[in-house]
Amino acid sequence: MVPMETLIRRFQNSILLGGTVFVLVVGAAIMGCGGRSTPGDVTSQLIKIDGSSTVYPVTEAVTEEFMKINPNMQVTVGISGTGGGFNKFCNGETNISNASRPIKQVEVEACAEAGIRYVELSIAYDGVSVVVNPKNDWIDSLTVTELQRMWKPDAQGKILRWNQINTDWPDRELHLFGPGAASGTFDYFTEVIVGFGGASRGDFTSSEDDNVLVQGVTRDELALGFFGYAYYEENREDLKVIAIDNEISEDGDVPIIPSPETIRDGTYHPLSRPLFMYVSLEDLSRSEVAAFVDFFLTNGVDLVRDVGYVPLPDSEYRLMKQRVTSGLQDSQLQP
Amino acid sequence: MKRLTRRTAENALEGFLCLCTIFSVFVTIGIILVLVFETFEFLREVPITDFLFGTVWTPLFFNKQFGVLPLVAGTVLVSVIAMLVALPAGLIIAIYLSEYAPPKIRRLVKPILEILAGVPTVVYGYFALLFVTPLLQHVFPTLAGFNALSPGLVMGIMILPMVSSLSEDALHSVPKSLREGAYALGATKVQATMQVVVPAAVSGISAAGILAMSRAIGETMIVTIAAGQQPRLTANPMVPIETMTGYIVQVSLGDTPTGTIEYRTIYAVGTLLFVGTFVLNLISNWLRERFRERYE
Repeated sequence: MVPMETLIRRFQNSILLGGTVFVLVVGAAIMGCGGRSTPGDVTSQLIKIDGSSTVYPVTEAVTEEFMKINPNMQVTVGISGTGGGFNKFCNGETNISNASRPIKQVEVEACAEAGIRYVELSIAYDGVSVVVNPKNDWIDSLTVTELQRMWKPDAQGKILRWNQINTDWPDRELHLFGPGAASGTFDYFTEVIVGFGGASRGDFTSSEDDNVLVQGVTRDELALGFFGYAYYEENREDLKVIAIDNEISEDGDVPIIPSPETIRDGTYHPLSRPLFMYVSLEDLSRSEVAAFVDFFLTNGVDLVRDVGYVPLPDSEYRLMKQRVTSGLQDSQLQP
Repeated sequence: MKRLTRRTAENALEGFLCLCTIFSVFVTIGIILVLVFETFEFLREVPITDFLFGTVWTPLFFNKQFGVLPLVAGTVLVSVIAMLVALPAGLIIAIYLSEYAPPKIRRLVKPILEILAGVPTVVYGYFALLFVTPLLQHVFPTLAGFNALSPGLVMGIMILPMVSSLSEDALHSVPKSLREGAYALGATKVQATMQVVVPAAVSGISAAGILAMSRAIGETMIVTIAAGQQPRLTANPMVPIETMTGYIVQVSLGDTPTGTIEYRTIYAVGTLLFVGTFVLNLISNWLRERFRERYE
């Protein structure tokens, strides 16, 4: 399991601090027991992917199909969140990083420092969906301002009841659910709603695993949460999606519900956004990674649609393939 | 010559056994050193009074606050609910098995009870989230999907065998002469049990309770799955909360870079947890020692 693994690895990292004594005594004995994964020990038939849990359903679907055709290859897909994924990617621990926002400047620098060069591929569109429990009969739509008042850092410990946002709503507790701070969805949402990426209140139920959020909202009448459209699509029987009014009069004063159409044409504004995949150029020269990426860009359209996201136009996927080829040539020119 | 090799083999074996023992001691020391070191680093940035007495815990967010009380409250709330289930039920079971049950039933029931302790905690976690919570929502419609009540009840079931088994041992080791004395004075079975045997075993029973409490505080999987991830200072069992162990899992599930203050929080919380369970274990040991002295 992911948390245990991470925990163990961290513990092993830290034991280096306190463990000099320990090593002196039993140095020889532990030589055989070190299970720590060092950067770069990726075996040739293994493709390691990590990152955004929003992109996960797409990658997982593609992986499943890919492994049906190539049973001797192994592809693992993790969900550390976009930020967590980049940490590993720029550390050389993964070959491909899923991201629900473009790479940040600090991450670009971290990758450059480690000598990891990569190509950025956009793979689908998503609309961050705001959802409530189906038993919630007091709201159908929200304005961006209302969302902001719920989620901004100042709301912490103060905005705790529904009627504090709108006096017509019940005088009952407001239970918020959202992705954790390592999530690209969290970064994107806070950026467009609160106005500053990463700035949010801290007193809500946060999890990097979107299924936890889905479970939270489906079981709590007073809940409001947000996550990628695919997770709404997958659970639409148990969730009620909220229409969003961006309060820009040129767009018409109509709240918009996320759907493949409104996400593609951008009327689901400001919460629709592209999803990305970052591929290490060095690993792309390995035939199985190249095969996987090519498979992704060729068969991705249907699978993206199946899991509930919106595919890019075909021409875009062709463009991405060109980008892969040219990225590869560039990297061979300057080793 | 043969004797000499045997001697050498014996020495080697002895050395090996000694090394194993030392190894476990050093592992313990290593863990404590790591905890203390990282906690010390944490406390250089956050004053200890803010940490121990602050009422807001949001180290992962924009407005960082390091008051651990909401996590402590969550842990205590769930553990108290668990104890409210496990202590009375465990004690009743222990009294029945020790004083009333025919040996046949005792032989049958005890292992079955102990199976409860062997169920993986992740199973208990999903049992709480997917079965107990929806069931409770029929009774309390306002119960949130993540709450302290359901994992508390399930945790009570989990630690029940611990309480009943240890209490039963305590009751069982009360000398027969005490019971016989009670009967000789004309006590009924209930009187003998409740007024003589149980009071005589009370230190053993409390030791069992405290050990179970320490187990409940350290329990991770059930609360991570079913209690929520929202640190809040409340005694209300109906709303989402977060425990100390749940927080440590949450941080390690995401990806917090080493050396940051967010990363060190898990060590500070871990130390607090360690100190808490350690003190409880000490109390439990002390109680058991006392109880042994009296009858042996």
